[in-house]
Amino acid sequence: MSAMLKINNLSATVAEKPILKGLSLSINAGEIHAIMGPNGAGKSTLGYVLGGRPGYEVTGGSVEFNGDDLLALAPHERAALGLFLGFQYPVEIPGVSFVQFLRESANAQRGARGEAPLSGGEFLKLAREKAALLKMDMEMLKRPVNVGFSGGEKKRAEMVQMGILDPRLAILDETDSGLDIDALRIVGDGINAIMRRPDKAVLLITHYQRLLDYVKPDFVHVLADGRIVKTGGPELAHQLEEQGYEAVA
Amino acid sequence: MTVAALPTRKDEAFRYADLAALAGVWPVAREEITIAAGVSQALSVVLEGGGAIARHLIITLEAGASYDLRVLNAEASFGRLAIDARLGEGAQFTLGAAQLGAGAQVLEIVTEVTHLAPGASSRQVIRSVLAGESTGTYLGKVAVARGAGGTDSEQSVRAMLLDRTATANAKPELEIYADDVKCAHGCAVGELDAGALFYLASRGLPPGEAKKLMLQAFIAEAFTGAPEEERLQALALDRLGALV
Ligand SMILES: Nc1ncnc2c1ncn2[C@@H]1O[C@H](COP(=O)(O)OP(=O)(O)OP(=O)(O)O)[C@@H](O)[C@H]1O
Ligand SMILES: [Mg+2]
Repeated sequence: MSAMLKINNLSATVAEKPILKGLSLSINAGEIHAIMGPNGAGKSTLGYVLGGRPGYEVTGGSVEFNGDDLLALAPHERAALGLFLGFQYPVEIPGVSFVQFLRESANAQRGARGEAPLSGGEFLKLAREKAALLKMDMEMLKRPVNVGFSGGEKKRAEMVQMGILDPRLAILDETDSGLDIDALRIVGDGINAIMRRPDKAVLLITHYQRLLDYVKPDFVHVLADGRIVKTGGPELAHQLEEQGYEAVA
Repeated sequence: MTVAALPTRKDEAFRYADLAALAGVWPVAREEITIAAGVSQALSVVLEGGGAIARHLIITLEAGASYDLRVLNAEASFGRLAIDARLGEGAQFTLGAAQLGAGAQVLEIVTEVTHLAPGASSRQVIRSVLAGESTGTYLGKVAVARGAGGTDSEQSVRAMLLDRTATANAKPELEIYADDVKCAHGCAVGELDAGALFYLASRGLPPGEAKKLMLQAFIAEAFTGAPEEERLQALALDRLGALV
């Protein structure tokens, strides 16, 4: 079986500062991977580099996504191939409504894949369904993107977007931070409902075991100083929580 | 009637104008508009055609009159709209304008709003989106005459530069000779937020579409509440498509 995502010896700089320093990681369809690691280790940078954020410059290595050279593509093209990035800090965009932007985004993706666009009615039905899955009031999606949303509401809205866009690989950057106890369970259940399928995969970036209680990972990696320094099973997350990075990695 | 001499760069109101283009349409006719006491009216001005256009509106609002003026300045190689508004007691004046420029377009709106009597209000919202080597200018003077207490005026002026080669000039100006007046003005020039553009692109929106969405939101306020809001937004959106 060939990997869905194959990161090979990836190096990247931000503002000319080396952040990723030869990172390798393979993810197969059907798997859930968790990445943990100290603040500033480069976890979000990895997500941004995979998403294609301007300013994050790849200086070495390669990334294949279902056989395609991911790094050669623009961000919207990566999305059309089925990559989704859940942001650690979702961006507020005044004046642009969620429904308008998500419908245009979904249809741009569908167009790129040669699928017919969703009508306004079809899109609203889909959005309503995913909002309900995440127990989010549909009215919130009629508001400008993330504007005035609480930290937890933003994270929940990220998952609604994931549900609507139905990606093949989701990279979720600290989706659990900012969530209250009930929301954590709702989001965990949502991730499982949307992504736990044999043809999909998830890369969870997190600092805490608690999300992993709901979304059980197949592999746990420790990212430190721009590299994966240790890989294990779910038990590694428990061990890290008890003993810290210094002792374990 | 003598024809006024062609202005020069020294005339403050023509400081950023394309004087060569202006010469071709000089002199500019004064278009007088008077709104009778207590009457409400609205007008949309869309400066059409790719050549040089200069217009000069002189608007007189009698006591209690209200006037809602919206402007789309997007097509002309040199497009200039000068507006003098004189407000009587309790009159209300609204100006919402969008200037959308690309290439070497020179677009300008020059206003002089005079509050002549007590209790009048004026609100100006100017949004410019400038690409290429285009120039967008807003020169706006609000004058409050002696005795025009209770004046309420606002100028909100924002420009978005899509390229480093584009230029925005903005000069809101106040001249106040009365007490108890409220005059607010804000002025900002910026660029599209790169983080927001990446966020939109990460969901699958192509960059041009992402910019268009954000620019549509940026200029929306200029047309909000206008009787012809939908038509103006649609015309502007068309033009934005060509800019991004
Ligand atoms: N624009 C930037 N300019 C300079 N340095 C940057 C920039 N963006 C990120 N960095 C640096 O890159 C390093 C990695 O940041 P990153 O956000 O990837 O860390 P992280 O592992 O996600 O941390 P956290 O757990 O706190 O979210 C940090 O040292 C950060 O200061
Ligand atoms: Mg981070």
